[in-house]
Amino acid sequence: MTAGGSTTTETGSVPVSATRTYEERAFGFWIYLMSDAIIFALLFATYVVMLGNTAGGPTGRELFSLERAGAETALLLLSSTTFGFASVALAASDRPRVLQWLAVTAALGLGFLFLELDEFSGMIAQEAGPDRSGFLSAFFALVGTHGLHVSVGILWILVMMTQVLVKGLTRPVASRLVRLGLFWHFLDIIWVAIFSIVYLPGVI
Amino acid sequence: MDASGLPVERSIRPYLTGLGLAFILTAIPFALVATHALTRLTTLVIIAVAAILQILVHFRFFLHIGFRSTPWENLVAMAFAAILIVFMVGGTLWIMFDLHYRMMV
Repeated sequence: MTAGGSTTTETGSVPVSATRTYEERAFGFWIYLMSDAIIFALLFATYVVMLGNTAGGPTGRELFSLERAGAETALLLLSSTTFGFASVALAASDRPRVLQWLAVTAALGLGFLFLELDEFSGMIAQEAGPDRSGFLSAFFALVGTHGLHVSVGILWILVMMTQVLVKGLTRPVASRLVRLGLFWHFLDIIWVAIFSIVYLPGVI
Repeated sequence: MDASGLPVERSIRPYLTGLGLAFILTAIPFALVATHALTRLTTLVIIAVAAILQILVHFRFFLHIGFRSTPWENLVAMAFAAILIVFMVGGTLWIMFDLHYRMMV
């Protein structure tokens, strides 16, 4: 890691080794995100290979709703923006604002999750679950993995809100929030690929 | 993104710019699919272009990736992941659709 000037100016009384720890954790987390991107890329490849394997079952055109995909997209995009507002409040050490924007982000994420689970349960109720065809197995694997990530992200936001309440905006807490931000913005990028590869071509 | 792993962002401007650009790049493909204004192939091409542009917008304005500000190691990790993705996804699609074609003949 290159320890630039910006990392040493704000250290104050914190030992240099602690600053290095945050650098290393941020880089390690970035490596994790890149490997996660490869997992998603391969789930996308599987989905495209499986597109035609509907086994006489329903296709995307019959199952997907453009309105629902649009609403989910709006919720995730807004949540990415509100997390950005939380990051700005964090840099300004504005604790109430950090909590406020994290709460808004979690609420938007829950809205997304509600729409997605409603879609999944509706599909399963009309015999279009993951066991219906290769196409649907690939669909649930891909979109479900993203949904699972969003669930973990919401849980992580709630944990961090508790830490901000209990511990305050200490440097370890702040560094965790930075990594959570990377995770949350990353999930929105995966969603852009999902609506562009799964939903939009599916309903043309 | 910088190397420190600690918060540095001081302005909400990039986030608002990112939101505006991402909204436009989402609205265009959704509107085209909803209205069936263009042919299927043209629509698919526009969806792909808008998605790539939007991902770049997210990289720049939400993750703050820049050639100067982002540490070299992070950019190398990204480039490596991109190469792996191109090889594995491209290879998968090539092999599977080639196999499909040969089985059908």
